[in-house]
Parts: sequence; C-alpha cells; structure tokens
Amino acid sequence: MVRRLAYLLPFLLLVIVAGYFLFGLERDPGELPSALLGKPVPAFDLPALTGATASEDGMNTDDLTSGRDVKLVNFFASWCVPCRAEHPLITRLAGMDGVRMFGINYKDAPEDATGWLQRLGDPYERIGADRTGRAGIEWGIYGVPETFVVDADGIVRMRHAGPLTPEIVERELLPLIEELQR
Amino acid sequence: MIVEAGHFALVLALVLALAQGTFPLIGAATGRSDFMAVGRHAALGQFTLIAISFAALTYAYVTSDFSVANVVQNSHTAKPLLYKITGVWANHEGSMLLWILILGAFGAMVAFFGANLPASLRARVLAVQGLIGFGFILFILFTSNPFDRIWPPPPDGRGLNPLLQDPGLAFHPPFLYFGYVGFSVAFAFAVAALIEGRVDPAWARWVRPWTLAAWCSLTLGIALGSWWAYYELGWGGFWFWDPVENASFLPWLSGTALLHSAIVVEKRDALKSWTVLLAVLTFSLSLMGTFLVRSGVLTSVHAFATDPARGVFILALLVIASGGSLLLYAVRAPSMQGGGLFAPISREGSLVLNNLLLATATATVFLGTLYPLFLDVLDAGKVSVGPPFFNMTFVPLMVPVIVAMGIGPMLAWKRGDLPGVLSRLWLALALAAAIGIGTLIAMGVQSVLAALAMALAGWLMASVLVEWAERVKLFRAPLQESWRRARHIPRSSYGMSVAHAGLAVIVAGITASSAWQTEVIRQMRAGDTVEVAGYSMQFEGVREQRGPNYISRQGEFLVTRNGSVVTTLTPERRAYPIEGDTTTEAAIHTTWLADLYAVIGDGNAEAGWSVRLYHNPLVPWIWVGAVIMVLGGLVSLSDRRHRVGVPERRRARPGPAMPAPAE
Repeated sequence: MVRRLAYLLPFLLLVIVAGYFLFGLERDPGELPSALLGKPVPAFDLPALTGATASEDGMNTDDLTSGRDVKLVNFFASWCVPCRAEHPLITRLAGMDGVRMFGINYKDAPEDATGWLQRLGDPYERIGADRTGRAGIEWGIYGVPETFVVDADGIVRMRHAGPLTPEIVERELLPLIEELQR
Repeated sequence: MIVEAGHFALVLALVLALAQGTFPLIGAATGRSDFMAVGRHAALGQFTLIAISFAALTYAYVTSDFSVANVVQNSHTAKPLLYKITGVWANHEGSMLLWILILGAFGAMVAFFGANLPASLRARVLAVQGLIGFGFILFILFTSNPFDRIWPPPPDGRGLNPLLQDPGLAFHPPFLYFGYVGFSVAFAFAVAALIEGRVDPAWARWVRPWTLAAWCSLTLGIALGSWWAYYELGWGGFWFWDPVENASFLPWLSGTALLHSAIVVEKRDALKSWTVLLAVLTFSLSLMGTFLVRSGVLTSVHAFATDPARGVFILALLVIASGGSLLLYAVRAPSMQGGGLFAPISREGSLVLNNLLLATATATVFLGTLYPLFLDVLDAGKVSVGPPFFNMTFVPLMVPVIVAMGIGPMLAWKRGDLPGVLSRLWLALALAAAIGIGTLIAMGVQSVLAALAMALAGWLMASVLVEWAERVKLFRAPLQESWRRARHIPRSSYGMSVAHAGLAVIVAGITASSAWQTEVIRQMRAGDTVEVAGYSMQFEGVREQRGPNYISRQGEFLVTRNGSVVTTLTPERRAYPIEGDTTTEAAIHTTWLADLYAVIGDGNAEAGWSVRLYHNPLVPWIWVGAVIMVLGGLVSLSDRRHRVGVPERRRARPGPAMPAPAE
C-alpha cells in the first residue's frame, strides 16, 4: 500500500505546483504593495559610481526631496537582463520635461556598470552605487529592475517591480506623472 | 480572403484533432480496426490543415496585410523579407500556431513512420497526440487568434522588436519548439503504455528515436539562444539563468535523463516505471515552459505580453495533460515489474547514477526558478534567485556526472569491473592530471577551480577516446582487425562517443571563457590604440551607415598582432526609428581558440567613444561543442536498429536472466 502511494507522489507534487501557479496568476509580479507608498523616501546616502558620465557625487535622500519636479528612481544592474530590455524606455522617460531620472546601481561592480552605461547611454541625472544592497533593503526592493515614482515633496507615489513596458508606461506611469505635475 | 481561409482551416483542424483523439482510443479499447485507422488519416489531415493555416498567416505577413491585427502589431513594410517571415512566430499568437504546426508534423510523422508499431499502440499514441492538439488549437482559437481583423487598417505596422531582428533569434524558436513538442511523442508513447499496462524493450526502442530527435533540436535551439545572447546583448556573457532560459533547460535536463534511462529499458528490461515517469515529466516541463513564458507569473525579458485568461487556459491544459497522465501512472505503474535487481557497479548502475544526478539537477533548477513565485504566493516576501544560486548548486552536481561519464560506458552490463576499468583508463587519468597541472602552471594558483574543470573536460574527452580504442583493440590487434571492428561498432555507440566528446568541448569552453576573459573598457578617439591579450587594437573612428530599417554608427578597429594585421572589427550601434530602440551589434573575430569581441557605445569625435573590448578564450567551443553533441545525436539516430529490423514484441518475456544483446 505504501509502495502504491509512492507512485501517487508525482501527481500530488503537480497539484501543489499547479496550485501555486494558479495563485501566482492572480498576482501581477510587477504590482507590488510597497510599505513606502504615500510615505517619504527612506533615508539613504550612496557614493558615486566612479567614472560615470553625468553624476559624479553619488546620491542621497536630499536629491529626492528637493526641487519641484517629479522624480523617478530606477534600480538597475549591468547583470540584469530585464534592465537591458527596459533601458530604451528609461532613456525616453528621462528626456521628458519636468521629470528627473535617478538611478541606483544595485549590487554591481562599478566597472561593469560604467561599461554598461557607456555602451547603452546614461539616462540618469545622478547615480548612487548600492554595492552592498543596503539601500535596496531601505527601499524594500526584491530584485532589479524596480522603478519608483516620487512626487515633488519626496513622497513615494508608485512602485513597479520588474521591467517597465510600453503598456505600463502608457497606462499607469504617464497618467500618474501628469497628475503629479498639476 | 486568404486570411479567412487560414482561420477556417484551423477550425477544421480542431475538428480533425478531436476525431484523432477519440476514435482510435475507442477502437483500441474495443478492437475495432476501422476506428483505429481513423487516427492515421486524421493526423495527416490535421497537419495539412494547420500547414494551410500557417501559410495563410505567413502570406499576410509577407504581403504586409495591415488589416490583420497581429501583422500590425509585429510587422512593418520597411522590414527585410526574412524578418517579415520570422515575425510570424516572433509573437505570442503566431508562435502558438508554429507550436501546433510542429505538433501536427510530429503526429503526421508517427502516422507515416509508425507502420511497424502494433496497431493498438499506434492508435493510442496518435490519439494522445490528437488530444494535445485539440487542447492547443482550442487555446489559439479562443484566446490567441492570429487571424483577427482590425478596421480601419492603419497605414503601417508597429514593427518588430529590433532585438529579435536577428538571424540567430529568428531560428531559435522553431528549433526550441521542435524540441519541446517532440517530447510530446515520448509523452504519448508513455501514456499509451500506461493505458496498455506494459512497457518492454521494444517500447523503449520505439520511443528512443523520437526522444533523440527532440533532444537534438532542443539542444540546437538552446545553443542558438545562448549564441544570440552572446553576440547581441553585447556583454560577452552566454547564459544568465533567466527564468525563461531555465524553462527551456529543464526539459533538456530531464530529456537527457530520459534518453539514458530508455537504454536501460531496452537492454535490461528494467527502470520501466521510472522511464515512463520521465517521459511524462519531460513533456510536462515543456508545457510548463510554455506556461511560464506566456502567463506572466515570472518576470523575464523574454516574456510575451501577458494575459491572465491565457495563463489560466494553458495552466488548465497542463493540469489535464500532466495530471491525467500522472494519475494514470499512479494506478498502473506499481504493476510494472522490472527485470530483476542489478549491481551498482555495472553499465546500468552508471546509467541509474546519471539519472539520479540529472533528476537532482532538474529539481535544483526547477526550485531556483520557481522559488520566488512560491514565496510570493505564500506572502513570505519577495526574493530573486540569481546566477550565484545556480552556480553553487548546479555546477557541483555536474562534476560527478562528468566523472561517471568517463567510466560508465566502459563498464559491462550486469556486473562491471571498476578496478579493471579504472586501470584501463590510466591514460585518461594521466591526461586529465596533466591538463590540470599545466593549467595551474600557465594561469597561476588562483585558477585552481578552473584548472580542475579543465582537467574534467580533458578526462571526459580522453576517456571517450580510450573507450573507442578499447573497442577496436587499437594497437593491440593488427590494424586491419581494428578497422574491421571500427566499422562494425553500431552507430548508436558512435553517437554516444561523439555526444560525450561534445560535452567535454562545452565544459572546456564554459570554463575558459568564464575564468580567463580579458575585458578592456576605454574612452577612445580615432587613432588611439589599446592592447588586449596580446592583440593591438587601433581605433579608426566611427561612420554612419544606413540599413534597410535602421541607421547605424559603425566603429572600426584595426587589429594587429606582432605587427601583422589580423582583422578589422566593425562593431555597430543601430538605431531603429520605427520601434524607437537601439541595439548593439558586437563585432567578433574568432580564431576558434578565442574570440576578439568589440562593442561600441556612446560618444562623439571630440570626447571619444566608449568602447568595450574582450578577449574570450575558448568561448566558440561552447557552441561548437553543442553542435558536436547534436551531431552525436544524429549519428545515433541514423543507427539502423532505429529504422529497420525493429524486433517484434516478444510474446512472453524470458526470465530475468535474459542475456543482454551482444555489443
């Protein structure tokens, strides 16, 4: 009898995995609740990515709480394939009026990140190098890429985990930016 | 009109698939041969209809018919013809159509080549294939119809993601799907065997060529994908353990295990229920790969546009196909008795070890890929599992696999003589040690792990050669005798040797390119020169060029070594105005021992251009090795035992002490 039950094991495993899939389907991996939504950006202070073209002095909380523009904070890494995929969109967003693009380079070797930016272009106004992932913990990210929208007062308004796609930008990001700019 | 004809053909194919899935099953259960015969005709008809449907969609792409929504979303008049055609399957709907086209082709091949199968087995195999086809055609018609019209038609299409406009990636999906879908035949054979309640050596012999064909194609598909990532993504890497890469790697791993366990069923009439389970699991993993890519449960650069309705539908197909067959397995498998016990030190013992390790590796990759999802669903937090996890778990599992690959083929069936085999492998051992020590001396003590891996590759290659030399009694018998023996070794055995040698080449390539890559990142102006691994590279500047649907900035490097010109490298950065995207086209010069790899980035004539130059030792070996592996598979596939003289099914099995066929 026990031996017979052992043959049922593969089926039971499948049922469990399928159950996870079913619940996984209801979740958009990009839409994550963030404890930060509606709250000020966390305190952090990151050194510069040595050698990066546009941003020499690193990045800290003050960069996101000053000024009147909408700020986007994009976590990226040179080893992350989806980051490569969303890069053209980030570049396009960075070129918009009244939007400032900040980058946090997550758990990356500075020379790799620099080369990556040189090759693809550097869309970021400033870049903080988060080599240890400490700032990532403060922001509560679970991987790269992730993008946060921060309003003029330094309040986090939106979080998107995973690569941005043209649909998400059209449907969610742009309307939100427009609303915040008003 | 042609588009509607394609749609209509697909609906007819659905009806035929249903007929193919039901009549032969009823016929096989009741012994009605006319019902069983339906399967053959339906399979050929279904394939023809899907082919018509696929041709209609291709026609819409080639003629840029922008009244078809799918063409609008993925094509553009300015696109080169090749990418108009490959654009057919570079999107969700079209790729599903390709998927069922290949499924239909396999069904037709079973119908065509299956004349030597017992009628009831063939009927059941075709019926299972028909049911899978029915499910997927239904999926296309209800959730992903590529023939939907759009009104009014826009003047031009939106174009295809430039990253996908590439010959390597254009042919990656067909090979991949041929592999995925090819495993459906093994699956269908497994389900048919479960229905019939018996698995015997003849069954294994019928399953093996189909599995082998699918495996060859999947190997090629994965290799093409990784080659593309290497030259197109432009940072010199070739494998990223991305969820979607893993989704294709999982069926490859379990398919490899299946190939090996089927040998044990064939030769020793053992491991039956395990082999059936592997056949079911391999196709289930293929289906899961299809599900993961299209449902959006995991984020990945490869993922298609996601739609929960599609996800639920494919999940339902997965549960019905895999769940149904695994339930059947739970009922029937306990009665499949193996052909007696066998010793751990024997050929079959080594194949069992291979299966244990490959199954563990499959489970490891499976867990690493799905762990983020599992945790997320349990609200236990969000994590991402990166390459470090896979390198720490998968790589150590491959070490014993390769050690055993050297020894296993030399062991005799039933009772092997391990000390004897090891003593005959002294040459391979010595060579491996020499390579390891030589690497250490040449590259320094910090390369100790890489030196071990190179020694492993050398061990595998040498033991493959030793095994062959032993078989033909090279230098121990007159040369004519060795020649005579060499010609009489079965092709399947040559196939094994070639495929194993291919893996040795891959291991060397992966090791060397990961351990000893040289990378130079510079800001360069025209006239500047840098040294990369002994090559002198002079930057000649950048010029603009116009492609069919892009504008390119092409840099030029004159590469010299010791004063003599080696080559000119012309890396490009292409801007696609229609899609609003840029791609990097790496320039690669290969000596087959190493690649010189150049990528050009941002910049201008005054400040200079940022360039990235690599010297990647042995990296071409990764793909050369994969091609060698595939060749090995094809050689084995051409073995005459797979084509003619397939033995009639034995009425009564001889006792467990049945002698293994002489090799």
